[in-house]
Amino acid sequence: MKIVVCIKQVPDTTEVKLDPVTGTLIRDGVPSIMNPDDKSGLELALELKDKFNAEVTVLTMGPMQAEAILREAFAMGVDRAILLTDRRFAGADTLATSNALAGAIKTLEYDLVIAGRQAIDGDTAQVGPQIAEHLDIPQVSYLQNLEYDGNKTFTIKKQTEDGYQIVEVDSPCLVTVLSTANNPRYMTVKGIMEAYDKEVEIWSADKIDVDEAKLGLKGSPTKVKKAFTKGVKSAGEVYEVDTEEAIGIIISKLTEKFII
Amino acid sequence: MNKAEYKNVFVFAEQREGKIQAVAIELLGKARSLADSLEEEVYAILLGGKDIEQNAQTLIAYGADKVILAMDKELENYTTESYAQAITQIVNQYKPSIILLGATTIGRDLGPRLSARLTTGLTADCTKLEISEEKELLMTRPAFGGNLMATIICSEHRPQMSTVRPGVMKAMIKDTSRKGEIISFEIKFNKDKFRVRIKETIKEKSNMIDISDAKVLVSGGRGVGTEKGFNFLKELATELNAEVAASRAMVDAGLVEHKRQVGQTGQTVRPDLYLAFGISGAIQHVAGMEESEFIVAINKDRYAPIMQIADLGIVGDCKKIIPALIDRLKSRTKE
Repeated sequence: MKIVVCIKQVPDTTEVKLDPVTGTLIRDGVPSIMNPDDKSGLELALELKDKFNAEVTVLTMGPMQAEAILREAFAMGVDRAILLTDRRFAGADTLATSNALAGAIKTLEYDLVIAGRQAIDGDTAQVGPQIAEHLDIPQVSYLQNLEYDGNKTFTIKKQTEDGYQIVEVDSPCLVTVLSTANNPRYMTVKGIMEAYDKEVEIWSADKIDVDEAKLGLKGSPTKVKKAFTKGVKSAGEVYEVDTEEAIGIIISKLTEKFII
Repeated sequence: MNKAEYKNVFVFAEQREGKIQAVAIELLGKARSLADSLEEEVYAILLGGKDIEQNAQTLIAYGADKVILAMDKELENYTTESYAQAITQIVNQYKPSIILLGATTIGRDLGPRLSARLTTGLTADCTKLEISEEKELLMTRPAFGGNLMATIICSEHRPQMSTVRPGVMKAMIKDTSRKGEIISFEIKFNKDKFRVRIKETIKEKSNMIDISDAKVLVSGGRGVGTEKGFNFLKELATELNAEVAASRAMVDAGLVEHKRQVGQTGQTVRPDLYLAFGISGAIQHVAGMEESEFIVAINKDRYAPIMQIADLGIVGDCKKIIPALIDRLKSRTKE
């Protein structure tokens, strides 16, 4: 079985802080990480590699520094890593991103394509299903668990608002994985040592057969018209008092609001 | 593409087991105001197996001028492909200018598949939708965590598509005297493409709560501590007849189910009262609750970001304050 896992390098948004005076983001020193949902997608692929000897390729699109997450993927145990990097990919919205990634996947052999449900910097959850459409394969999103029959059928547990669904789908297909689906393995020391000897393949737009009009800013139906910060809402009253007095203040507010 | 051919504001009226989802009603309210400023009409797309006709009247009462009703056994249970085929055929015939979908698990599965099939843009999780002077849809959404807002346009492609999370838009007041037209639509399916087979659909009781409906939320973060702290929080919620909510850290730690997570990767809430215990106020969290009517923050750190948006801030230790508050509420009840 051959698996392609799409991953993304994202700023660790849990580390992003606000400047309390200006209300702007403090991005300096914020580390870049492998997107958590994607990491669980990668773990799922590696479990299939452990059990069924699957061949796992990771694919990402981004600037050269995105190579770091591909090295991390090598250290976790993937077989092949591809970085799509080219100025012609820059400024892509989700549709243009999915065009590039699907273009790359079309040049590879695959039985299963795995993506994270969504990335923590954009939270759109769009690129996975869009890739599936370009590849003309079925998708199962919000994956919590996957069983493989060793032949061609996947049995998948997918999350819904009020519970879950069990669905069956044959390969080839695409799944989007929740970060709660599993606990991604750590890199091994041996893996880290070896990761630096492995080759990350660097692909430009010439390497994929996609019309340039469908890539990057040019290929993006959506454009940012303006970006702005919301500014700081004026803070209310703040009390620094002992527990007893604090309780009194809360109780009086609850009473005032007719909660109690 | 001739943009002038594309007219009217469409809403995907998501139903599950015959029940229209609240978000669809909220979207109709927004669609109504968008259509009014465009001087166009609001269409609701209602897909299902059978016995859903009665919902069409409800959609009209909440703002739809026309309801496109497609009933087929292939549409009884949601699958990506059957719904994508149905909506694609409806879009190809009616050429809407705008399509709004709820950012539910279904909307977030269907929306991107449709956008790729229709080769158009999709803006996720919009918090504000308006019409520009050029008659374009301005879609505003939080970016990069929440404090940065971006207004997105889709100038050269139609339809302009957006998803909106439940609870973000306000529904119209139901008007049963409104008149509208119900149009039956027959879908021609390409069943060769139906490749996902539903085996079982399970409802879990613990997942049935919807914190976005709650009037009062008692929400906990790191400062509440571990399981013991959360048990106190639950007890407090019971005393106040409130629902428990939590920050992402608590959900990731496995203390609270994801369903109760407030913030960008969880639910958007706007209760009458939001009590934030031991929540520092990371921007992702704030993005999901800042529209609350009244915010009380209890935190050890006087300078935690949550204090910036709280209407009432208490500097103190949640591990002491919560049990003491429960005691006080219980003694009050006895009086």
